[in-house]
Amino acid sequence: MARPSPAHKLRWQLITYLAAGLVLMPLLVLLFSWQSVDQTIWGHLLQTQLARLIGNTLWLVLGVGAGVILLGVSLAWLISLCEFPGRRWLDWALMLPFAIPAYVLAFVMVGLLDFAGPLQTLLRGWFGNDFRLPPIRSTGGVILTLVLVFYPYVYMLARSAFMAQGRGLMEASRILGQTPWQGFWRVAVPMARPAISAGAALAIMETLADFGAVSVFNYDTFTTAIYKTWYGFFSLQSATQLASLLLLFVFLALFAERHAQGRNKRFPANDKPRKGALYRLQGPLAWLASGYCLLVLSIAFIIPVGQLLYWLLSSGIADLDSRYWALIQNTLLLGAIAALMTVVVATLLVLALRLQPIRRVRGAVALANLGYALPGSVLAVGIMFFFSFLDNNLVVPLRTWLGAANPAPVLLGGLFALLLAYLIRFMAVAYGPLDTSLARIRPSLPEAAQSLGQSGWQVFWRVYVPLLLPGILSAALLVFVDVLKEMPATLLMRPFGWDTLAVRIHALTSEGEWRRASLPALTLVLVGLAPVIVLIRRSARR
Amino acid sequence: MSFTRNLVVLSLALSAFASVAQAKELVVYSSRQDHLIKPVFEMYTEKTGVKINFITDREAPLMARLRAEGANTPADMFMTVDAGNLWQAEEQGLFQPVQSEVIEGNIPQHLRSSNNMWTGLSLRARTIAYSTERVKPEELSTYEALADEQWKGRVCLRTSKKVYNQSLVATMLESIGEEKTTEVIQGWLANLATPVFADDTALLQAIDAGQCDVGIVNSYYFGRLHNAQPDVKVKLFWPNQEDRGVHVNISGAGVTRHAKHPEEATRLLEWMTTEEAQRIFADVNMEFPANQALEPSAEVAAWGDFKADNVNIEVAGRRQPEAIMLMDRLGWN
Repeated sequence: MARPSPAHKLRWQLITYLAAGLVLMPLLVLLFSWQSVDQTIWGHLLQTQLARLIGNTLWLVLGVGAGVILLGVSLAWLISLCEFPGRRWLDWALMLPFAIPAYVLAFVMVGLLDFAGPLQTLLRGWFGNDFRLPPIRSTGGVILTLVLVFYPYVYMLARSAFMAQGRGLMEASRILGQTPWQGFWRVAVPMARPAISAGAALAIMETLADFGAVSVFNYDTFTTAIYKTWYGFFSLQSATQLASLLLLFVFLALFAERHAQGRNKRFPANDKPRKGALYRLQGPLAWLASGYCLLVLSIAFIIPVGQLLYWLLSSGIADLDSRYWALIQNTLLLGAIAALMTVVVATLLVLALRLQPIRRVRGAVALANLGYALPGSVLAVGIMFFFSFLDNNLVVPLRTWLGAANPAPVLLGGLFALLLAYLIRFMAVAYGPLDTSLARIRPSLPEAAQSLGQSGWQVFWRVYVPLLLPGILSAALLVFVDVLKEMPATLLMRPFGWDTLAVRIHALTSEGEWRRASLPALTLVLVGLAPVIVLIRRSARR
Repeated sequence: MSFTRNLVVLSLALSAFASVAQAKELVVYSSRQDHLIKPVFEMYTEKTGVKINFITDREAPLMARLRAEGANTPADMFMTVDAGNLWQAEEQGLFQPVQSEVIEGNIPQHLRSSNNMWTGLSLRARTIAYSTERVKPEELSTYEALADEQWKGRVCLRTSKKVYNQSLVATMLESIGEEKTTEVIQGWLANLATPVFADDTALLQAIDAGQCDVGIVNSYYFGRLHNAQPDVKVKLFWPNQEDRGVHVNISGAGVTRHAKHPEEATRLLEWMTTEEAQRIFADVNMEFPANQALEPSAEVAAWGDFKADNVNIEVAGRRQPEAIMLMDRLGWN
């Protein structure tokens, strides 16, 4: 194999440093906040808040982590290895909950299941006034809601990992005397582990960053404390200090996870994809499988969407006007551009790490993926400060010098700042599927291409890109849908006239107008459905 | 990266274009929501031809943005809800003083900044809501009385993270002192029927459904619910009529310190205090006009007359941190 030249090496390294720099920029703003500490606020937080908040946050992370793995892996296993009635459409339908933003499912769940909601009212009618369901506004309720919106991350990645394991492998384990159950635990799961943990990591990072959903439940987490410190005490400084602690925790967790994974070997895929199911479930077992999948789908998607529809028909339809076209257009356009940008950068990152697996590059890549765990507003504030610094110290003086009278800031309040915020925030979302996709390309393949005289560039275009294509597509669609749902950064950084559906939802829900919010919420879900369906159907055809 | 460069060039070009057409445009940062300000702005544009660009977000991010942009901010006006937020914006130096006889004539003193930095534009009462099925209005008297034993397991509250509760507690600290306020809050929390709610609408629905019997809400939330569900079994009660009166809060606005069009912005602010604008501004959200020459709308007037707490509304801002810390200590989440 021809050795890559030093310049070539440097080029790949440089890309990762640049991407890490992008993320570092708002992070540095967070670090600068430690220049001084507000004793009163910190004293108060330590005495009355932090212990409870950390406890709450840990419960949430554990609950959501266990829940998404349980749900995601079991569904993925059934769908990709078994045959039972309804499997073909459940395959893509189980991805649909991904189109529902967490804050929307949260207000639907509370609206539907709280004491004053239709279900409990009905049950009180039947069983008398003393009848109570377990309260939805509780730790269990928050965990349930977040699991239902975030399990698709694990489901999607685990499902394609199971499918890629090919036909021979599980059969070999059967021949070697393993029961299907043993095969699952000893062969399929260990091999799918990178995919499962990538999915779970995404779900947990979203959980940590979530503000919209937990505040509907009034469930206090570390993130709500960040906001409370900012909005209540107006101490952005203490808030960013809290945020940097959260980030440190995430960084350590990711580091530990990578470290643990490093000791496990990655298994390249079997090249022949499996045709047909491995286990044909019969009789009650088959119906049990169908019932289980259908139950999850109903709770996570069909019932919430039905509730939104009901609210829409009973109240919100009057709000529908021509503005919605503009809202939809803005939402789609922002999603599309951000998806493109993010996927390009993330592809460069995975390749850089593959070609230059040295510690510095690994560190830079890990850093570039951190943005996802930051609460959206905190990230947005970091970027905002950075851009307004550039504006005030660079752009405006430059334009004044060029002769513009009264120049306005350009970067902040421009589209570029918002797109950059999306890029930083959703890098990890694109990185996950690309990374697992790349892991399945045996190093021998590009090596063979190289030994056949292909240049580095040719190897990139003719070997990596075609083989990565499914991963690229998944990454793009995931980022696209995530941008559709994104709220805090869009709120703070959108240019005039760039209102999106999420912004509209915020306008209504912040006024407690949950029913009227059903119109933008339902529109958002509908807009997100198409990419989600494409995502899953494409990856099924590989 | 040429895509990036194009974007930068494009936005440079766009902003150059924008600065040519600046005279007839104003920029407003608002934490009062889109659908509550748009009708007023549209009317102004129709009357004067001045186009108003606005973005909405929560107040804290908008203030952070104003501060970060500093002298280069495009914003001419900052509009928000809650006196505490207005006071905070003044503290952070985001406003410039506006001397205007029109505003002074239209809006009473205690609803304005004492340094003429901002003015209130509409009023809302944070008052007691009760179940018409399980509570007789004679049983109610004051906010403080909801701490009594007879309300055990019957009270609903909203989260202390909402600024409306922070302002309520801040004015209580001012009027009845810390010791008494502490006792009252302890009593309220001991009487809770269910964990605190995330919003007032849910709280009102809980009273309607029978989960609790009394609660403290902003008046317009009741108005909205009543409009949507005329048969709702909840009513508003005006507490503390024998002493300080009902706690009222405001929404308001001021001209930003680095406004590019301060005269235009002042004219807009003045116009918003006139009867014509006040009518829409208050009615669209079922609030009380801040301009006292104006009667509230028929729907709002139907809730009855009341004596309002005339404590200077700046207290809500000054004592807000104190109020939050007290609520945290007592376990009001």
